Amino acid sequence: MKMAPRNIVKYVVAMMFVAGVFLSWRFGFAPGIAAGRSFRDFMLEMAAFLPLMFILVGLIDVWLPRSVIERHVGSGAGIWGSVWVILLAMLQAGPLYGAFPVAQLLWKKGCSTRNVFIYLGAFATIKVPMLTFEIGFLGLRFSLLRTLITLPVFIAIAVVMEAVLKAKGFVVLDPTTERRE
Amino acid sequence: MVMTTIGVVFASLLFDRKRTWAGIRKGVRMFLGILPDLLIVLVAAAVLLALTPESVIIRLLGRGSGAAGIATAAIIGSVALVPGFIAFPLAAVLHRSGVSLDVIAVFITTLMMVGIITLPVERKYFGWKIALYRNGLSLAGALVVGLLMGLFL
Repeated sequence: MKMAPRNIVKYVVAMMFVAGVFLSWRFGFAPGIAAGRSFRDFMLEMAAFLPLMFILVGLIDVWLPRSVIERHVGSGAGIWGSVWVILLAMLQAGPLYGAFPVAQLLWKKGCSTRNVFIYLGAFATIKVPMLTFEIGFLGLRFSLLRTLITLPVFIAIAVVMEAVLKAKGFVVLDPTTERRE
Repeated sequence: MVMTTIGVVFASLLFDRKRTWAGIRKGVRMFLGILPDLLIVLVAAAVLLALTPESVIIRLLGRGSGAAGIATAAIIGSVALVPGFIAFPLAAVLHRSGVSLDVIAVFITTLMMVGIITLPVERKYFGWKIALYRNGLSLAGALVVGLLMGLFL
């Protein structure tokens, strides 16, 4: 695979950071060690979800026909379409940036603008694995109340996004194939 | 998640080997496509977090409740990138040290929905304009969530 010069720069920057962390560790530079520790946490979280997520997205892309997505979560799907994307999002796990490729897939296959943003809102705020964690640390009452309040809020955000983007045309890019910057 | 993926890959292989590899290749290519930007974002997030350790976050938020506390929580939550398995223990520590629950709700909600530092990744999918709209609206939404939580708790 040919690599864009810009991407090479990014990899070099990341490697310089790792080298910096190593030097910090060697010479006991505390902030550098702390940054290294956070970076390790971020990398672990990313590596735990993202590669699998992308493989699933790739497989769903080749198997699921557009008509299925369009019928169930497209513009004509009504309230059930929104219920479906919320359930899909709740069953997943991982950081929000992992939801962007799924949103791209949904959009490409005919999901409505509103449901794309409902999906992102639900993924960000009410994933079940995350809720169990939240209940453990902050209590059922807090978690339940936050879920019930957040649900209408992210639906409202999606409705506003749809209204704003209606006239302009809504596109979700595939960063690997499209270059429109 | 791992089990699901393995199951799906196997089922897919049973049906059509060629198509399965095409799908996996596609997924891997998408992953590698976003990886450089993601690495930069994670490096930036790690450096930022090292400059503002937990003790500083607790001190900033611990000062208060009320409008000032909510504003501080919204700003920190919007900028910071914190994995879920660290965010909730941190929120519990904040609560124990006296930070009110509406402030914590704003902090958590902005952490989850608003990602200033991940904007370089988000705009690769949505473009700057839509990414900024979504983050701006989510910030406003998080404040609404905080205010309502304050009313009920």
